[in-house]
Amino acid sequence: MSIPGVSLQSGRKGGVRIVDAVKMYGSQEAGVLAVDHCTFDVPAGEITVVVGPSGCGKTTLLNAIAGFHSLSSGSIYLDDEMLCGPGKLKAEPGPDRIVVFQNGALFPWKTNIENVAFGPMMQGVMSRKEAYEKARAMMADAGLRGIEDNYPGEISSGVRRRVEIVRALMTDPKILLLDEPYRALDSLTKSVMHEALLEIFYKNRVTIFFITHDLEEAIFLGHRVVIMTTRPCKPKKILDIDIPHPRDYSVLTTKRFREFMDETAAAVHEEATKAFAAGEKER
Amino acid sequence: MTGLAKWPLKAAAFITGEDFWRGIVAVTVFLIFWEIGSRSEALFGFSFPWVGQVPAPSAVLKEMYRLILEPSFWHSAYLSTARVLEGFFAAMLIGIPLGLAMAVSRTFYGISFPVFEVLRPIPPLAWVPAAIIFWPTQELSIAFVTFLGAFFTIVINVIGGAQSIDVRYFQAARSMGSSTFDVFRRIILPGVLPSIVVGATVGIGITWAVVVAAEMISGGGSAGSMGGAAGGGLGFFIWNSYVGGSYTQIVAGMISIGVAGYISSAILRKVGEWMTPWLAEG
Repeated sequence: MSIPGVSLQSGRKGGVRIVDAVKMYGSQEAGVLAVDHCTFDVPAGEITVVVGPSGCGKTTLLNAIAGFHSLSSGSIYLDDEMLCGPGKLKAEPGPDRIVVFQNGALFPWKTNIENVAFGPMMQGVMSRKEAYEKARAMMADAGLRGIEDNYPGEISSGVRRRVEIVRALMTDPKILLLDEPYRALDSLTKSVMHEALLEIFYKNRVTIFFITHDLEEAIFLGHRVVIMTTRPCKPKKILDIDIPHPRDYSVLTTKRFREFMDETAAAVHEEATKAFAAGEKER
Repeated sequence: MTGLAKWPLKAAAFITGEDFWRGIVAVTVFLIFWEIGSRSEALFGFSFPWVGQVPAPSAVLKEMYRLILEPSFWHSAYLSTARVLEGFFAAMLIGIPLGLAMAVSRTFYGISFPVFEVLRPIPPLAWVPAAIIFWPTQELSIAFVTFLGAFFTIVINVIGGAQSIDVRYFQAARSMGSSTFDVFRRIILPGVLPSIVVGATVGIGITWAVVVAAEMISGGGSAGSMGGAAGGGLGFFIWNSYVGGSYTQIVAGMISIGVAGYISSAILRKVGEWMTPWLAEG
């Protein structure tokens, strides 16, 4: 099924189009509306960052793309293929869309290299030997040499997150879905992780869908920043960040970066205030 | 390989370590107080409550030395150990698959859990009379009661362990193309393993407690059983010592059970550590 108007940039894969997505938890009358008629594009081969207050429903959207949860209505396309939509409200999870989870989901009972080699072996696309060779090479490429045979519990959380991203890339996904992957990290580690992520992105040019509540992180990483309203979530403001890639940390001090911050800070703050007030009411 | 090569170092580090000496001091101090308590009548002219009636550790030690050379004591120990192992392995063999099935299938859980929860609080010893009636031999009755001791603990641990596996692991495995069987084998089984180790370690302790009591109740002879050589064991040994009035032998028997239980748990802990290397510290 082809969708009119999806711009497939120069044959790159992993463009996602979200059309009129609605997610309601609970019953029709007493339910909670998490996602409210949400429509936006995640361009192929770019980084799209979704910013919104905690608990606004961004993760719900990510789970719908990944195929962990169903939508109530609306549809989601990956390139020109419908993931979910009328008649099939839950997408099938698959190796073309890999999630890097908020608190990490490396299997603690597998060594790092076993974790990284897991995907291709599960799909049966590589022999054990091939998978290990590729895993070793990709880990070395990402600066993760020497921890192959350690367990995830033996390395720092920043390194764990990098291993997990390498694991995600092993299956050659069309799109990486990152759910606040750096939330638990301190700000110094975070800045290192951002540059590492960009480096991985420049090498692989995989489409990235990144969720965060950190505006600075969003503008620094994203080609496109989607600012969400608080629950129920829908795009409040969509910005195309025209700061040229490749970027590094010097970007943070540029005038253009500050302009984007100024332009968005008010919108984000407004939603955060609403989310806070709503939280107060619930209690 | 490296683990094996390191063990003499580890052993040396253990003996020179703080924990080792703390343990030695603790046991020594305990024995000294016990010895003083037991001799309180002679030392202070009055008997300490409770501990004054207990045979002194020196006397017990002498008795244990005698028992170590006695084949009948070893036969009792052998009988109890065999029953513990039978019951324990039967409990593992039945309990682990049952717990996994209950954790994996909501339907099966709905059917079996209420029955399980009603049976679980019944103390294993309350099963003794029924077990004697329903099982053809006394040996089987004791083994069955022993089995129950470990069974419920293991099942509960397996269910709890499986249910506490983070949903993210399932989602990640699914995304990466795992089949249902892969998820079971590579996520659920390793995820449950630490809980199985805990259940087994606790379970074997209960098994020792139960086997001894069951042996005391069922007695030593072949009376009323078709099994011939049934009965005996450390529980009966202690009971027999009581009937015969040998108090040092009672305490010696008790200590041998304590030692046996300690060794069982220690072995299981070691096996557990070996099976769950990712939980090792440092």
